[in-house]
Amino acid sequence: MKLEELSALDLGRKIAGRTLSSREVVAYFLERIARFNSSITAFSQVCADLALEKADQIDRQIASGMAMGPLAGVPIAIKDILCTREMRTTCGSRMLENFVAPYDATSVEKMERAGLVTLGKTNMDEFAMGASTETSIFGATHNPWSLERTAGGSSGGSAAALAAGMTPLSIGTDTGGSIRQPAAFCGVCGLKPTYGRVSRYGLVAFASSLDQIGPLAHRVEDLAACLETIAGHDSRDSTSINAPVPQYTRLINRSISNMRIGVVREQIEHAGLAPEIRSAVNRAMEFLTGLGATIVDIGLPHSRYSIATYYVIAPCEASSNLARYDGAHYGLRADTKSLHGESPLEDMYCHSRSQGFGEEVKRRIMLGTFALSSGYYDAYYRKAQQVRRLIFDDYHRAFEQADVLLGPVTPTTAFRLGERLQDPVQMYLGDLFTVGANLAGIPALAIPAGNDQAGLPLSIQLQGPPLAEEKLLSVAYQLEQALFFQPRTANLS
Amino acid sequence: MQLSSADVLKVAKLARLHISEADVQPTTAQLARIVEMVQQLDNVPTEGIEPMAHALDVHSVLRPDHRLPSLDRQAALSNAPQRDQECFRVPPVMGHDH
Repeated sequence: MKLEELSALDLGRKIAGRTLSSREVVAYFLERIARFNSSITAFSQVCADLALEKADQIDRQIASGMAMGPLAGVPIAIKDILCTREMRTTCGSRMLENFVAPYDATSVEKMERAGLVTLGKTNMDEFAMGASTETSIFGATHNPWSLERTAGGSSGGSAAALAAGMTPLSIGTDTGGSIRQPAAFCGVCGLKPTYGRVSRYGLVAFASSLDQIGPLAHRVEDLAACLETIAGHDSRDSTSINAPVPQYTRLINRSISNMRIGVVREQIEHAGLAPEIRSAVNRAMEFLTGLGATIVDIGLPHSRYSIATYYVIAPCEASSNLARYDGAHYGLRADTKSLHGESPLEDMYCHSRSQGFGEEVKRRIMLGTFALSSGYYDAYYRKAQQVRRLIFDDYHRAFEQADVLLGPVTPTTAFRLGERLQDPVQMYLGDLFTVGANLAGIPALAIPAGNDQAGLPLSIQLQGPPLAEEKLLSVAYQLEQALFFQPRTANLS
Repeated sequence: MQLSSADVLKVAKLARLHISEADVQPTTAQLARIVEMVQQLDNVPTEGIEPMAHALDVHSVLRPDHRLPSLDRQAALSNAPQRDQECFRVPPVMGHDH
């Protein structure tokens, strides 16, 4: 049986019904990782022994008749930016190459309690700052559909691991599109929940007002089940929302016939949008109309400023968050004994940071430091915060007219490795359709929509008002029933 | 504004990043290009718009003032590059002579 073609929930059902053991399932995916990871580099770390041990424990619990959740015994891959006590948490950086967190992230604890079995940590752009998973110390992640192309980023490893059939479920983080864009490039589903829906405790901070943890999977029902597992209030994260977690898996099969689907004019008419992606959005529109949904024309007039807004706010927050890497408490410390500078302590700070961080991370720290520095704060940071409100207000108005917004995730399909590495601005512009959801704090979902002529995955995006995850999941679930939205795994040999 | 090498050196110092002489020019050029890109925000009229720091309407969250266990000292020190019993060890902060 090809287990990589089953949904995570199906695997969970088989494990619960004892037609398959968790050990068999875990061993199956570990074997695929052993076979394919050297050519994909989706995983930065694989914890085979730990995973098999955990699988045996789940199998024993099931055999003893213990009541377990629907994902008990199912393997999962976790982005290398979530703290785990039993594995290193590197963020793809030399700075944290040997870092083992003294605690588990809340989401990791919750997955553990649900009986999910962690296969390992997935590769990412250094500190999640990138859109191609090329800046990791573990090397670039390759797109399973076309090895010379990027898997997207920053959660490229989590998306590629799914597309390559190396895990049935994975976790990523999304600050400006880092779950949705790799999901789009790799032909899998990815959900960025509402800001505050999932606790950020134990998530290594990049831009605290934008970061959010979310699931990636082949099937919409798996996104629902995984979100149900990790969502919820956490007293250790003061920004976590104190609202009950709906049973998403029970809600996704609702009729969407009375839904108003907004199509964002600025996105669908964008000159840089690849025609095949535009066609995919149109196909989705027709399909939803066929189900009785109403299509509404929506404008987000300030969305053209979202990239500029994002690339002020995110670096500002990053420069502040990454000030903690000082070589004193944890992370890399440079050997500066031979420098004999005026201040040995300052030398240690500067050289530890310069040796520990890669180019893009340093660039963003400097950009943020500049925008926050005396004399420039109002012109850049304050200004960006004001435009952020205008972008937020645009969304607010849009959701008075539409229940869900439909559009593209990315302007193009997966680009070639190396293509944008030397031109940061070119790399940033690819985030055009995704950063708005982070700036506004709203949920957004990417779902595969077939392939282009070159065989590369196409994808569409759904965005909704705060805490409307179940609406996004319901629409995505309907789309998934249509033939051209069927998930697939890349054929590797 | 036009970003200069002097600006970049100042920012590097503020950010506690060491930047080699050979890197100053290319770093300046790259940062200048990004700054130029974000300057399109100047075209947006924002007078009277309240800056938005956060997507949620966040307030200070307080909990009852009870003593709870915190991270164990040994665990907190477990990743220290250099330690001295119960302390993080760092290079001399003052009284250093060369």
